[in-house]
Amino acid sequence: MNKILLGVLLGTVLGAVDGLSAWFTPAVRAQIVGIVVGSTIKGLIAGVAIGFFARKVQSLALGILFGLAVGFVLAFIVAQMQHGYYFEIILPGSIVGIIVGYATQRYGQAPAAPATTR
Amino acid sequence: MKFLSDKAVDRLRQNVNVPDLSGTRYQLLERVARGGMGVVYAALDEMLDRRVALKVLDVPVADGDLARRLNREARVLARLEHPGIVPVHDVGTLSDGRVFYAMKFVEGQRLDKHIETVTSLPDRLRLFLRICDAVAFAHARGVLHRDLKPANVMVGAFGEVLVMDWGLAKILREQSAAVPEEDPEATILHAPKLIDGPADAAQATQITGQGTVLGTPGYMSPEQASGDIARLDERSDIYSLGALLRFLFTPPATANSNLRWRQDKALEAICAKATENEPANRYASVSDLSADLSRYLDGLPVSAQKESLLDKALRFYRRYTVPILLIAAYLIVRTLILLFFHR
Repeated sequence: MNKILLGVLLGTVLGAVDGLSAWFTPAVRAQIVGIVVGSTIKGLIAGVAIGFFARKVQSLALGILFGLAVGFVLAFIVAQMQHGYYFEIILPGSIVGIIVGYATQRYGQAPAAPATTR
Repeated sequence: MKFLSDKAVDRLRQNVNVPDLSGTRYQLLERVARGGMGVVYAALDEMLDRRVALKVLDVPVADGDLARRLNREARVLARLEHPGIVPVHDVGTLSDGRVFYAMKFVEGQRLDKHIETVTSLPDRLRLFLRICDAVAFAHARGVLHRDLKPANVMVGAFGEVLVMDWGLAKILREQSAAVPEEDPEATILHAPKLIDGPADAAQATQITGQGTVLGTPGYMSPEQASGDIARLDERSDIYSLGALLRFLFTPPATANSNLRWRQDKALEAICAKATENEPANRYASVSDLSADLSRYLDGLPVSAQKESLLDKALRFYRRYTVPILLIAAYLIVRTLILLFFHR
């Protein structure tokens, strides 16, 4: 599977799962649909960005760092919109970014090098 | 009466043994090593201005059994053109009657010395796979090595792996010139076909010495150790490769802590299958052995081992350690947040 597609799929699925975990908190259970949709979109955006990065930069360490950065920034933006819950949103969001960053570098298929002629 | 000193006697003895290369295109440089049948020297090929290795027979008899064996070794090597097998350039007889052949001068280390610097088990196993490639090629050309051991494998300065010393090689079948060349990249092994017929058998006996035990203890298959040359086939080399594999993944007692790998059942099983006493229980071909080892390196199940559920779980964990740990970290963080922050 190519790196971008893997990033998109993994980001979307992990984002949705991350959103669904809000169901365990009775206080926000009523807004579960909005949380899942928002979290899924956040995961999708992170997946696209990390997938593109993995395609350009072939480095496991940099992929993980980039994943962490993207996960952190997107989660920070969501926390800002929520006016709180920074720690609770940013920490899991950053780990999801790391997972997507690792997976795209490790398991994503790099595009085939173009054939050269002499 | 004046006696010569031991040093002088040694020097005289060495000078007597130094081959006379006059009349050849080679200029002697230095003595490199001693083999079973003769001595290997570094020499300069004056025509092509390059270093070569000369294997020179000990005894000056151009038509003796040893000379025939050395000539045969050169012919065996000449038919094995492969990046993992040292190429032969020339063969001839010196003015003192000693037979020699010239081959590529390999600058590198013997495998047993080289692996002291290779601390990663996968890197060692990848080296082994390249040895397997060369041996599989020889088998496809109908040649058994019969003396595979760490001392007979050289690792070059650029990581190239070369199987050396084909002096004990056995030809399983002759290749007819009319038969089209096989694709060198295809590792196709024919079913073992031993030399048939009284004439061929007589020739084989004359060359390899029926009943004579040739090889290295610890690396020799039981059938080879018993001197039963007629029974030898590809599986005898597979036994030696299994012993070589065990040597590669068993760190020496004096090794530092970096070399203490976990005892791996799958790798043990591969070795055990390759070194079964009964040839029929071993891998049928070198490509089967290397395929199993490649599966091991990829974290896949190997044919030599029947896995329990726990073995499967452990293999799965080893294969996906990082993702499993990342997902576990995520779940732990989520659980802690739920427990302590109620969100």
